[in-house]
Amino acid sequence: MRSTFRDAAHLLRPAALLLIGLAVFLVVRAAVIPKGFGKYGHYRAPFLETARSKPIHYAGQDACVACHDEEAKMRAAGKHAKVACEACHGPQAQHADDPTSLKPKLPDVATLCARCHEKDPAKPRTFPQVVTAEHNAGAACNDCHKPHNPHLD
Amino acid sequence: MEMNRRDLFRIGGKLLVLASAGATLEQIMGSEPAPEAYKMADHWWGMIVDIDKCIGCGSCVRACSNENQVPNGYFRTWVERYEVPEGYVNPIVTSPEGAINGFPLPKPTNFKAFFVPKLCNHCADSPCTQVCPVGATFVSPDGVVLVDKEYCLGCRYCVQACPYGCRYLHPETETVDKCTLCYHRITKGLTTACCENCPTQARQLVDFKNPKDPVHEFLRTHKVSVLKPQMATEAKVYYNNLDGAVR
Repeated sequence: MRSTFRDAAHLLRPAALLLIGLAVFLVVRAAVIPKGFGKYGHYRAPFLETARSKPIHYAGQDACVACHDEEAKMRAAGKHAKVACEACHGPQAQHADDPTSLKPKLPDVATLCARCHEKDPAKPRTFPQVVTAEHNAGAACNDCHKPHNPHLD
Repeated sequence: MEMNRRDLFRIGGKLLVLASAGATLEQIMGSEPAPEAYKMADHWWGMIVDIDKCIGCGSCVRACSNENQVPNGYFRTWVERYEVPEGYVNPIVTSPEGAINGFPLPKPTNFKAFFVPKLCNHCADSPCTQVCPVGATFVSPDGVVLVDKEYCLGCRYCVQACPYGCRYLHPETETVDKCTLCYHRITKGLTTACCENCPTQARQLVDFKNPKDPVHEFLRTHKVSVLKPQMATEAKVYYNNLDGAVR
C-alpha cells in the first residue's frame, strides 16, 4: 500500500494545476457562452423572442374591413375581391392602431393599375391586360373604372 | 351501519348534486379560453408559389421591403421574368431592381415567357446553416431559417453557401440578412407581408403540421417542384408548374 503512494508528493502539483486549469476553463466557458445557447440547437434560443417582437407594418385586411364598410362591400362585389387593401394603399398598421396618427395617401392610379394590367406575354392568358397607350389615350384609369370594383356597368 | 333504500337514495342524490356542481364549476372556470400562446412544436412553415398566377406586379417585393425595412438595392424576395427560346438554350432572365416597381414593357419576342417569384426556401436541411462557424444562423423549431444579427460575425460564409442566392450582407449592420418568412407576423396568426399583398394569391403561406391546411390537398392535386432539387436541401417552397428552364 505504502509503495503505491510512495512518490505521490510530486503528483500533487500537476494535479492542482490541472484542477485550476479546469476551473478556469469552466468559468471562462460559462462567461462566454450566451444565455440560452443550445436550448433548441446550436444557436441562442432567446433570439427567437427578439425575432417575434419586431413591429408589424401591414395590418392585414381584416383590420381595414373592420372600419371601411363601404369600400369593403364594393370590393367584395367585383373582380378585386381578393386583392388586399394594402396591396394598393400601402402599409397601414399605424393607421389601423390610431386612425388619426397617419392619414393614408391616395395611390397614384397611373402607375398602380399598369403594374398589374399592362399587357405582357409573361402574364397568365386569363388575366385581364391592356396596352395602356392604346386603351385609354392618356386618360386616368379611374375616370371610367372605380378601383374598388373596376367593372363598367 | 344499516342502510335502507331511502337512505341510499338520499346519499346518492347528494353525491350526484355535488358532482354535477363540481363539473359545472370546472367547465365555467376551466373552459375560459386562455390566450393561445404560440407553440413552435405545432408548426412547420413553408410556402406555395403558383407560377400560373403570378403577374409580375412586384407587390410582394414592395410589401417585403416595407415590412422588413430592407435596404435599397437589396431584396429578401424578388421576381424574375423568364423568356425561354425553343430548345431551352440561354433563357433570358430579367429582374429590374428585383421587380420592386414591376416590369417595364417587354420587347416583343415569340419566346415562352413567365414570372418566377423567389425567396428563401427555408430548407429543412440547409447548407447555409451548416457552414455558420458561430451558430448565428439556424433552422428554428418551426422550420424557419433565421439569422441572429447580434451574434453574426459577418463572415459571409452562408451567403456563398446558399444555392438560391437568398442572403445578403446588410450594408449598415454588416451582418447577414435574409427572409424571415415574416416570423414576427406568422407567430401572431398573420400571414407574411408578401402573401398578404399578392393580388392574385400566387403565393400562399402554408403550415405543413396543420392537418387542415389547404397545402395537403394542393400537393396531392398539383404537379409541383422545388428549386434545385438535386441540392437535396429539403426546400419548403413548392412551385406549381415550374418550367425546367428555371434555375
